[in-house]
Formats: sequence, C-alpha cells, structure tokens
Amino acid sequence: MSKFNKKKDAALPAVNTASLPDIVFMLLFFFMTVTVMKDSTLKVENVLPNATEVKKLEKKDRIIYIYVGKPTREYEKTYGTESKIQLNDKFAQASEVGDYILQERAKKPQELQDVLTTALKVDKNANMGIISDIKQELRKVNALKVNYTTYEGDAFKNIQ
Amino acid sequence: MPKRGAPPEVNAGSMADIAFLLLIFFLVTTTIETDAGLDRMLPPIEPPDQDVVIKEKNIFQVSINRDGQLLADEELTELKDLRAKAIAFLDNGGAPAGSADYCNYCQGERDAASSDSPQKAIISLKNDRETKYGTYITVQNELVGAYNELRNREAQRLYKRNFTDMEAEYLNPETPDDVRDALKDKVKRIQELFPQKLSEAETSSSSK
Repeated sequence: MSKFNKKKDAALPAVNTASLPDIVFMLLFFFMTVTVMKDSTLKVENVLPNATEVKKLEKKDRIIYIYVGKPTREYEKTYGTESKIQLNDKFAQASEVGDYILQERAKKPQELQDVLTTALKVDKNANMGIISDIKQELRKVNALKVNYTTYEGDAFKNIQ
Repeated sequence: MPKRGAPPEVNAGSMADIAFLLLIFFLVTTTIETDAGLDRMLPPIEPPDQDVVIKEKNIFQVSINRDGQLLADEELTELKDLRAKAIAFLDNGGAPAGSADYCNYCQGERDAASSDSPQKAIISLKNDRETKYGTYITVQNELVGAYNELRNREAQRLYKRNFTDMEAEYLNPETPDDVRDALKDKVKRIQELFPQKLSEAETSSSSK
C-alpha cells in the first residue's frame, strides 16, 4: 500500500526562473530592433489629419521631414501662436526651406539624391498659406515628390 | 560550490533586473511607425515650352474657401458628395464612339458637356490661404479616393484584384523581384487607364 502513500512534503516546487533573463533578453532585442529613435524634438503641436487613401512611407533614409504647427506652450511666449515651420530642431521661415532641402539632400548618398521624398507633417489646424509657401519653395529646389503625412482614419473627422 | 582556488562564480541573479531595465527603456522610447500619407507630385516650376490648350469641359475645378466650403464645377458641394462627383466626371467618357479619345471602358453618362476621356480629364484644386489644412487633406483624400475607386474597378475587371493592393505589394520592399516585375506592368496599365491628373493651382489670397 505504501506505493500510494502521498509524499510528506507536498509543497509546490519553486518555479525555475533560470530562463527568465533569456526571455527578457529576447523581448529586449525585439524592441531594440524595432525602435526608431526620435531624431528631433517637436517644438510645434503636431496633430496630423486623418485620411483613408494613404500609402506607407517605405525606406526611411529617403525622407526629409518638415514639421508645421503652432509652437507648443513653452515656446508660445517667444514665437507667438501663429503656425510655424520646424526644420530639424529649430523654427524657420518659409524662405529657409529651400536651403534646408538642399543641405539635407547633399547629406544623402549620391544614388538616393534623386529619389528623395519630402514628408510634410502638418498640424491639421494650420492654414494653407504656410503650406503653399513651403510648396513654392520645394518647387524652386525641384523637390517635387511630397507626402502629406497623415494618420489612417476617417477623413471627415478633420472638419469637425 | 566552486572549487577552492578557482575564481568565484559571478552572481547572475540580477541579470534579469538589468535586462528588464533596458527593456522598459526601449518600450518607453519606441514609437511604432505611423508614417503613412498621401503621395503627391508638385508641378515643376518651369512652365512647359508650349502652351497646352485644355478644353474647359475637361477641367473639374474644385475650390475651397476660407470657411471650408467647397465649390466643385461651379456648384456648392458638400464634402461627402465630392467623391461621387469626381468619379462621375472622370468616368464620363464624353468623346463620341470612333473618335481618337473614345473611352471603351468608361461606364459614365457619356455626357458631351463633361470630360472626353479619363486621359483628358484634369482635376484642378484651388484653395485659399486661410483654408484649414485638415479640410484640404480631406478634399485631397476624396479626390485620390475617386481615382482609387475607378482604378480598383478596372483592376478587378482585368486582374480580379484591387489596384490599391497591387500597388502596395509593388511598393513594398519585401516583395520578391519576380513578383514585382509581374506587378509592374499591371500597375502601369491601370495607371494609364486612369492617370492621376490633379493640378494644384497656386493659392489665392482671401482679399480677392
């Protein structure tokens, strides 16, 4: 009968945590590989509009970003509440956009210089005047491929 | 127990903590890709060498005023009706049968007073300097949507799948080369059936 006797110490065995670091490392590597570091701090409000007919922006190395929006609260005092252009880390005038594009273009490898896209990340409350000025500047430096960066969503939400 | 004389073992118990710390750091700084948007080509700044004569009926004029109201083909239009109107215009195929512009795949009304063929049809978008960017994007979205709907229709007819899927697969860098080559011709063909001719006029100031 002793075969069926229960063991005296029926306490649960401790879970082996030796592989925990491995699991965590696996997660860590996953996040390390998918992480894209923010390359510039936003100094403008940047709530993008919604659109449904979007195309994905592939190949990050071929993109030049231009941000437009109202200065955030900490910059409101110095720069006012009108929509501003942000290039890299600083505010700029529309007339500086052309030089900026040329500079950025020169930084890219030769074979990419003709296939660059300018991504316009514009706050949905900005006025079209400033966008037109930017577009005019882009045309001057022959950077004709633009992408109006948007969120994916119902486009009619933009007008409420 | 390590043998006497051998170097003591490093305590690896806190390894998980260190890894967790790093993990949390990357979790917080990660921004999942949100970059998608409407692709557009700006017109080159040099005017074309010869003046192109475009018939009035082949232009679909869309104007947005400062309050976000929409004038499409000289009629006040609701935003939600814009797509249907643009489709009707593009798909009209008004050129008579037998003429060079005749469009044999159009399913529109074939109204002689509207566009001749999708190749001739031009949508011109004009906006005010005070127009909100959100409104502008909505209008752009509707117009691109009109093109996509028509292209999808033709792609379904010819290749039994949606044009937007085909294009996304074609543009995806992970698509194998042989698949991409096969798609290239199909995408080109559909794009030629309904070329995206969306001109963006320079903005007018609100004082006008």
